[in-house]
Amino acid sequence: MRDQSTRPTRRGVLFGGAAVAAGALATACTSNKEKDDPAPAAQTGALGGDNDKPGKQVVIGFSAPAADHGWTAAIAKNAEAQAKKYKDVTFKPVQPTNDINQQISAVESLISEKVNVLVMLPNDGEQLNQVARKAMDAGIPVINLDRVFPDKLSYRTWIGGDNYGMGVSAGHYIGKKLKAKGVSNPVIVEIQGIATLPLTQDRSKGFADALKSYGYSVTAKQDAKFTVETGNQVASNLLQAHKKIDALWNHDDDQGVGVLAAIKQSGRKEFFMVGGAGSANAMREIKAGNGVLEATVTYPPTMAASAVRLARLLAQGKGMADLVELEPPQSITLASETVTRDNVGRYLPLGFES
Amino acid sequence: MTETDAGVRGAPARGAWAKGPLRPLRRAGAGRGPGEFRHLGLVAALALLAVVGVISEPDNFPTSGNLVGILALAATIGVITVGQTFVIIGGGIDLSVGSVMALASVWATTVATQSYGPAVMALCAILVGTGAGVVSGLLISYGRMVPFIATLAMLVSARGLAQRMSDRKTQLIRPENDAIESLSTTKVLGLPLVVYIFAAVAVAGWVLLNRTTFGRRTFAVGGNPEAARLAGIDVRRHTLLLYALSGFCCGVAAIIIMARTTTGSSTHGDLYELDAIAAVIIGGTLLTGGRGTVAGSILGVLVFTLITNLFILNGLQTSDQLIAKGVIIGIAVLLQRRGLRSPT
Repeated sequence: MRDQSTRPTRRGVLFGGAAVAAGALATACTSNKEKDDPAPAAQTGALGGDNDKPGKQVVIGFSAPAADHGWTAAIAKNAEAQAKKYKDVTFKPVQPTNDINQQISAVESLISEKVNVLVMLPNDGEQLNQVARKAMDAGIPVINLDRVFPDKLSYRTWIGGDNYGMGVSAGHYIGKKLKAKGVSNPVIVEIQGIATLPLTQDRSKGFADALKSYGYSVTAKQDAKFTVETGNQVASNLLQAHKKIDALWNHDDDQGVGVLAAIKQSGRKEFFMVGGAGSANAMREIKAGNGVLEATVTYPPTMAASAVRLARLLAQGKGMADLVELEPPQSITLASETVTRDNVGRYLPLGFES
Repeated sequence: MTETDAGVRGAPARGAWAKGPLRPLRRAGAGRGPGEFRHLGLVAALALLAVVGVISEPDNFPTSGNLVGILALAATIGVITVGQTFVIIGGGIDLSVGSVMALASVWATTVATQSYGPAVMALCAILVGTGAGVVSGLLISYGRMVPFIATLAMLVSARGLAQRMSDRKTQLIRPENDAIESLSTTKVLGLPLVVYIFAAVAVAGWVLLNRTTFGRRTFAVGGNPEAARLAGIDVRRHTLLLYALSGFCCGVAAIIIMARTTTGSSTHGDLYELDAIAAVIIGGTLLTGGRGTVAGSILGVLVFTLITNLFILNGLQTSDQLIAKGVIIGIAVLLQRRGLRSPT
């Protein structure tokens, strides 16, 4: 019994030591500052043309969800960086949030401040439709970013990406390449994001449709959950399921980190891979050219920068330089561009950090 | 004092009782020596799944590459499940395992930690995991909080801290620290090192539970804390140690997930708590504590990993996988209840 009563102190000391060490680590290891933080503002293109000459002073309100993904973070960054390039623009971002109610009240505050124009990426198009409509009714044009409002009276212009088009671009890249190689009955594997989301279904449909035009079809598809870990898990199993793969399309570059790790661990090299979204990390991988990742198809967060430009044009009563019409269009769907080793140099500044 | 002595003698007896076949009804186990056959149901389930694999995918399933892959995939959740087994046998539950692993992986891959090299990264993951376990343990043992609530609080706050620390970004392991990654790329005798880590944790867990005073006390504390206290066991201290152990396992699991994915991320370990608890339960451990085995839990993990593998090999959807897992949990617990009722 006495033996037992002495033990606690000994272990206590051990644990105390561990706690102190953990405390030391806590202070030493939480910093996440890169020593040479690359300049983030390069993602917005250069200015040029008549439209960029300073005009009437305009106030642009901006509301977007809080960043839960590299892509969303890039949206806010791009919008702000673009606005800063114009001397005639006052940029008014509201606190980003993932809460519908908070976004509604934030937008309401922008309306009562009477901003000239409003750029909005809603958490949910349906649920923020009312407040967007309220802004339009108050005479403030709304630029709807990516997630569309169901009611056309709620926005002046929609600008966003093309999920179906992403699938099409990936399908064409893979189809063309396999056709050139003369492969018949190729094994084409697809790793999706969250299968239940409409955007995932659009991407898959575009992919299948484009492949069909080459006479190919998807051999196997499996959903991950947009996370590195699920990407790794699904890819590890899929690689076992198919001893020989010709091509692989992964919907999302963030989960792609896990997919690439799984491929590296399996030592497989016989196929090529196409990514999705266009993260800087994937582009660096493509540029290095020593892995299976050959291309990625974009869903560009630079759309936020374009939206700020459109907002400024609208507020100043100008049209788009290369269109004949006097006002900006009602809807702009951005193409999903294919980034390969040949053009990666041009895209790398536009890639977002995941 | 006589009472205490009796209790002390009682504790190991209880341990043995817990290990032994409380379920003499188990058809195959009946009449045999105790112990060896208590997991026969699970082994049969594994064998059945393997047969399904061989029949449905004769070219892809029974290959060494696939079987090694299954073990490597099982390593992360397997290590966590060993810790969870101890906590549950000790009468508690740890809901925070997935979040703590995520936090440990993020903490170990910050720019600052990475500047110290792979050894410090690994140490950091283990210390963060153990530290989180100690906090949960203190809240439960000395703060008298219900384990469910205390570890739920840890689940939420650890995930939040991980998100904050990483700014919700995926933190890649830098090339100079790829010693971490080599844990899953380097193979010894055909098996990647992460599988050896998994095996080492499992064996250590088995020894700790079955061959040490610590293990016997765990059974005693979980079976009847009051009796354990009367027997002279410092129940609160022991409870604290159990959660610290679970946290330690989360730290080890964080190293494995970093090796496998080459990243630290706040999204790692999503819903691991449910996977770990499910594996422990179908492994025959009582959710009320006092009885259970490490081997059963490991078999439970393998059953789940095998199901995922089989479904993907056969090109079936994730939703069907979830249904299959749910059905297995249901059947396992039903069998367990029958086994429980019979001896009383």
